[in-house]
Amino acid sequence: MIREFALIDVYYLLLATRWTIGLTALAFVGGGIVGVLIATLRVSPFAPLRVIGAGYVNIIQGIPLLAWLFVFFFGIPIVAGVQVSPWIAATVAFSIYAGAFLGEIWRGCLQSIPRQQWEGGAALGLSFAEQLRHIIVPQAVRVAIPPTVGFLVQLIKNTSLGAVIGFIELTREGQLTNAATYRPFTVFIVVAAIYFAMCFPLTQWSRRLERTLHVAR
Amino acid sequence: MSLVELNAVVKRYGANTVLDRVSLAVEPGEIIAVIGRSGSGKSTMLRCINGLEPIQEGRITFDGQVVNDPATDLRKLRQRVGIVFQSYNLFPHLSVEKNITLAPRVVKGIAPAAAREIAQRVLARVGLAEKIDAYPDQLSGGQQQRVAIARSLAMQPQLMLFDEITSALDPELTGEVLKVLEQVAGEGMTMMLVTHEMGFARRVATRLIFMHEGKIWEEGRASDVLAKPRTPELVTFLDAVLH
Repeated sequence: MIREFALIDVYYLLLATRWTIGLTALAFVGGGIVGVLIATLRVSPFAPLRVIGAGYVNIIQGIPLLAWLFVFFFGIPIVAGVQVSPWIAATVAFSIYAGAFLGEIWRGCLQSIPRQQWEGGAALGLSFAEQLRHIIVPQAVRVAIPPTVGFLVQLIKNTSLGAVIGFIELTREGQLTNAATYRPFTVFIVVAAIYFAMCFPLTQWSRRLERTLHVAR
Repeated sequence: MSLVELNAVVKRYGANTVLDRVSLAVEPGEIIAVIGRSGSGKSTMLRCINGLEPIQEGRITFDGQVVNDPATDLRKLRQRVGIVFQSYNLFPHLSVEKNITLAPRVVKGIAPAAAREIAQRVLARVGLAEKIDAYPDQLSGGQQQRVAIARSLAMQPQLMLFDEITSALDPELTGEVLKVLEQVAGEGMTMMLVTHEMGFARRVATRLIFMHEGKIWEEGRASDVLAKPRTPELVTFLDAVLH
C-alpha cells in the first residue's frame, strides 16, 4: 500500500542519518589509524617498508570501494565461515579504503616538509621516530588539515554505498521511504538536502582552515 | 690520537666520484678551513664525518670510533659532532628556546628547566639572549644562523662542522656570524669549516685545505697556502674568489 510522504518520513530519514554519521566516524577513525601507519611506512628510510606501504595503497585504490564491500560482506562468510553484520563489513571495508587515501594524503604532507628539516633533526642526534614526531609531523599537520577535511566530506557521501550490503543509512532509508510512498523526487530532495547540510559546513570550514593556516606560522 | 681521521675515503654518487681517496687527520683544538670550487667535495666531506652521507670505501673515525661502521650508533656520534648548515635548518614551528632545547630534552633527557638554562647560556654566547622566545621567521638570516650555532653548541659537541654557513647571507650579516664563529674558535672548540671567506680563513684557521676534484689538493698553514699557492688550480681558484 502506498502512503503519503509525511513529516514522519523526514524524521525517519534524520534518524537514519545517525548511521551515516556513525559509519563515517568509525571509518574515519579506522582509516586514520591505517593512514598513519601507511604514511609512516611510505616515508620510512627502509625501502622494503616503503614498498609495503605503496603496495597497500595501489591495491586498495585499484579496486572499487563497492567491490571491497562485497568482498567483506559476502567473502568473509565463505572464507572464514562466520557471518558478518553489515556494520562490521562496512566499517572494515571503509576503514581500509579510507586508510589508503588518508595514507596518501598524509604522505604527501610529510613529504612537503623540506629534506633539510629531517637533516636538522638527524644532525642533532634525533632518531627517525623523534624527527617525525617533533619536527616533521607538527609542521605537516598544518598542511594536512584542509585535504583531510576534504576527504572526510567524500567519506560522508561514499557511506551511501553501504546500502548495497543492507547497511541502513541515509540513502538506504531514502530508498525504503520511496518504496513506501512512491515520491522519489520529494524523498531524494530531502536526502540530498541532509547530505548537503552535513557536507557544506565542513567544506566551508576546510576553506577557512586553508586560509588561516596558510598565513599562520 | 687524532680526534678525526679520514683514511682513503671514497664517496660516489652513482658514477660520479665526489671524494677520491681523501685522507686527513684533525687534532683536538684545530680549526680547519676547507676551500674549493663548488663540486670539489668539501661539503660532502663534512657530511660524511658525522654520518649524514654514507661512504663507499675507506674509513672515517671520530675519537677512535669508526663512523662508517654499521654497528656505530650515529645518534650517539652526532651528540658529539655538531653541524651547522648553509640554510640554518631551524625548525620554523618552534621558538628559539624550543629549537635549542629539543635535542637536549629528547636525546639527552635533560629536564625542561635545566634545558632552558642551557638555551639561555648558549644564546648569550651568540649574543641573542633576548631572542629566546622569538620564532625563526622573526629573525634576520644572520640571527637565525647564530641560533643554529647556539643549537649545536647546546649539545656540547667536541667537534663542530660548519657547512658554508655564511653563503646565504649578505656581507653585513656575514660579519656578525663570523664574529660568533671566531669567538667559539677562541674558546678552544675543534672546528672544520667550509667557507668562501678567505680573510676569515687566514685570520682564524690553524690549517687550510684546498679541495679540487674530490682530492685534498693543497694544505698547510692558512697564511702560507694563500700567499704561496703551489698548484695552478689553487692559483686559478684564488684569482676567481679574490677578484
